[in-house]
Amino acid sequence: MTEQRSDPLLEVENLSVAFGPAKAVDGISFAVAQGEMLGLVGESGCGKSTTALALMRLLRDASLGGSAWLEGVDLLALDEAAMRERRGAAVGMIFQDPATALHPMIRVGDQIVEALQAHLDLPRAEARRRAVDLLRKVGIAAPEERFSVYPHEMSGGMCQRVVIAMAMACSPKLLLADEPTTALDVTVQAQILDLLRGLAREAGMGVILITHDLGVAAGMTDRVAVMYAGEIVEMAATEELFARPAHPYTLGLLRSIPQLDSGWDEPVPTIPGSVQGAERQTGCRFAPRCAKASEACRVPPALRDIGNGHSISCWNAP
Amino acid sequence: MMSDVALEPQVVAPPRRVSAFRRLLRHRLALLALIVLAVLVIGSAGAPWLAPHDPEELDIANRYAPPLTEGHILGSDDLGRDVLTRLMYAGQISLSVGIAAMLVTVIVGFSVGAFAAYYGGWIGVLLMRLTDIMLCFPSVFLLLFVAAFVTPSLASMALMIGLTCWMEIARIVYSQILVLKSADFIAAARMIGTPSWRIVLRQILPNTLAPVLVAATLNTANAILLESYISFLGYGIQPPAASWGNMLTNAQSDFQVDPWLAVFPGLAITLAVTSFNFIGDGLRDALDPRIRDR
Amino acid sequence: MTDVLTEAQGLARHYRIGRRVLHALDGVDLAVDRGATLGLVGESGSGKSTLGRTLVGLQRPTLGKVLFEGKDVAAAEPSFLKRLRRQRQIIFQDPSGALNPRMTIGATVLEHLSVQGWSRAEAQRQAAVAIEQAGLSTAFLSRYPHEISGGQRQRAVIARAISTDPAFIVADEPVSALDVSTRAQIMNLLRKLQMERGLTMLFISHDLSVVAHMCRDVAVMHLGRIVERAPRTVLFKTPRHPYTAALMSAIPIPDPVREKKRTRIILKGETPNPANKPSGCSFHTRCPRATDVCRSVDPPMREMGKGHEIACHHPLE
Repeated sequence: MTEQRSDPLLEVENLSVAFGPAKAVDGISFAVAQGEMLGLVGESGCGKSTTALALMRLLRDASLGGSAWLEGVDLLALDEAAMRERRGAAVGMIFQDPATALHPMIRVGDQIVEALQAHLDLPRAEARRRAVDLLRKVGIAAPEERFSVYPHEMSGGMCQRVVIAMAMACSPKLLLADEPTTALDVTVQAQILDLLRGLAREAGMGVILITHDLGVAAGMTDRVAVMYAGEIVEMAATEELFARPAHPYTLGLLRSIPQLDSGWDEPVPTIPGSVQGAERQTGCRFAPRCAKASEACRVPPALRDIGNGHSISCWNAP
Repeated sequence: MMSDVALEPQVVAPPRRVSAFRRLLRHRLALLALIVLAVLVIGSAGAPWLAPHDPEELDIANRYAPPLTEGHILGSDDLGRDVLTRLMYAGQISLSVGIAAMLVTVIVGFSVGAFAAYYGGWIGVLLMRLTDIMLCFPSVFLLLFVAAFVTPSLASMALMIGLTCWMEIARIVYSQILVLKSADFIAAARMIGTPSWRIVLRQILPNTLAPVLVAATLNTANAILLESYISFLGYGIQPPAASWGNMLTNAQSDFQVDPWLAVFPGLAITLAVTSFNFIGDGLRDALDPRIRDR
Repeated sequence: MTDVLTEAQGLARHYRIGRRVLHALDGVDLAVDRGATLGLVGESGSGKSTLGRTLVGLQRPTLGKVLFEGKDVAAAEPSFLKRLRRQRQIIFQDPSGALNPRMTIGATVLEHLSVQGWSRAEAQRQAAVAIEQAGLSTAFLSRYPHEISGGQRQRAVIARAISTDPAFIVADEPVSALDVSTRAQIMNLLRKLQMERGLTMLFISHDLSVVAHMCRDVAVMHLGRIVERAPRTVLFKTPRHPYTAALMSAIPIPDPVREKKRTRIILKGETPNPANKPSGCSFHTRCPRATDVCRSVDPPMREMGKGHEIACHHPLE
């Protein structure tokens, strides 16, 4: 399934997340190498955010299945105390809405200090110094003054920079970024994505970038996994995926994105139907909406390699 | 592609809409509470037909009879009057004061909250500060103070209790309407010239119904309790008229002689108050819009 | 001779926050021709929503006038006002907030119509027509908003808007809250309705690609002002304002080869706070071409030929 270059940083095998009888994520497997950025792409409800929260063990009332190996340890099998040691130190997470990711009543600098002191045994003065350094590193001008500022006094873009600083404070090996720029203006988005890419590369972190925006995935990631209704339907190196998309869903998704410079006077191609009820399908979940659906689709397909490190979950494609 | 604006595929079956009432019935405690309350209400309302004796009927020979005496299944009091009969007639008073007071709280509370939220400005500030001031007074003492000047009757008690308990509903309605005011569907209604009264009635009211209903049931419980306090202390319903509260007054003085006299009125109050509380809890869960009908 | 349907003249909207004044709209002149599709593009704080809502009568401006069919809306007599309410409609961004959660779709549309004077029978007929035109079967009239999907809700919002047979529709970010695949469906629906009914549409969005597909003309806003306006063929091929160019450059393209080859214009610094507007040109703090004159003098709107207007001291090329 995944090429064995070197030992992957994170190896997820058959991850499933269920809330009662409903399965939000149904047996997905993927790997992230060191220094690699994997894009987890899909529309709302496909399970991409749930996957990240499951890896961070931040889901209460959910039953998890499968395994997630990070540095020789299965994250899903750890008890809460052991997981807490890893959260922030081995795995960092950036959330979507910077306004709610920061504590509104604590100064931003102190929030970074808190992140540092949770895992590193540092005297307060040293922690403060490092926090100011981190603020500078994420591109905040006048970091000494900005240390004492409250989140509501900063713009969305600046708040997200602080969130990134907090996530990276203890130099985690793996970073989960859940729609980090969706809540931001497009010009600010460009700045933040640029920052993220630079920092990740410099630190050699493995990153899982979760987004619904295929354009963001195209510009940022090394590999992409496309999710639909809790399953991975296609996975490949980014250039390979966009050059030769194979799964009907990926094809439909790419075609339904309006282009800035062409196709103005034609209707935008759409994927008929909706994703509602897909989890209840016994066969392929995309079959009800698929132009290529056939009898074979009554059996749920599995991810199979179609060459070039490209795998899809479909009987009738490419 | 023809399908992009074609009719949306029909939903497979009409959604199973479980009515709020049915959801309420699934809540076991609420169901039990409804049954208990039904018994209390039928017992009280049907007292003229169901009660074994006349409430004023004296049986001096059999005074202070313990429960399960022949003819007096729950015993008799200091004048030989049947406890069960008195309990049923007293229930009429206590329950009606409770419900009437609740109606007062809903009307006053909703009006104050809605006015303050919808019109805002200095009226809103004034009304909500008034609400805050009223909340500073403990209701029992306020009631005792007012009761000293007013001749207590069913109507005046309902009014007094109602006027000391409307503040919570006012606050709930105020915050709900403030949130709703900025909703787009309200903007759409305003834009096409819907008059304010119609917006409040047709758009806002249905959205405030749920929390107000829950608060109303809890207020009923509270009102019954308050009436009991006041009547027990002698400032409420006066004998010979019976309420569960003033039945306890006599029971207190006769405690050495017949402790049973305190049990049944106390039990009635407890059952009524607890039932309303559980129904309120059940309503809160049943009306929660986040629980989808499935 | 163009037929202007609605017009903003010197429109301004100020909010007082403590001692400061927030200029949501700061002197906007905009004319929309009958049957035109005009896109209004900008980021948060640009004032595009405020402009749209003012043009449709949801908000009143602090200064300036809104004209409809040549008449000043603020001085309208009751019969004209009644017509205005039918003729101008709005489609909101969040379909969940745009529908009363306690009313069925049918009840919502009926209420919308009966307030404006239609009889119950007429209103029911019109509601049925509108819901079908919006791509939903009449069975949806008895559904509650939480029982249907986001795309279906937005169709219901559109049905409500077209039920009064309006001439002018403001669509305020109508697809931003929807999934990518639903987005395309709603965009196609709006285009179809616009073409079939000859609607005049003001399409507000922060997404330039969506605007490109929906509108023949585009206006770009920044901090309460229009900074560039041109037909789409001109604007997207040759943007003249540095902000427009930066905006276009920031849009991620779903093509990794092109993405890596692009020269990105990454703006420096933060979006200025609308309550604390920079002096001179509002864009100078982030503009790579800013000079002294930009810092002190506010550039006026100038015509650059081919219907292309721009407010900049140093336009590109």
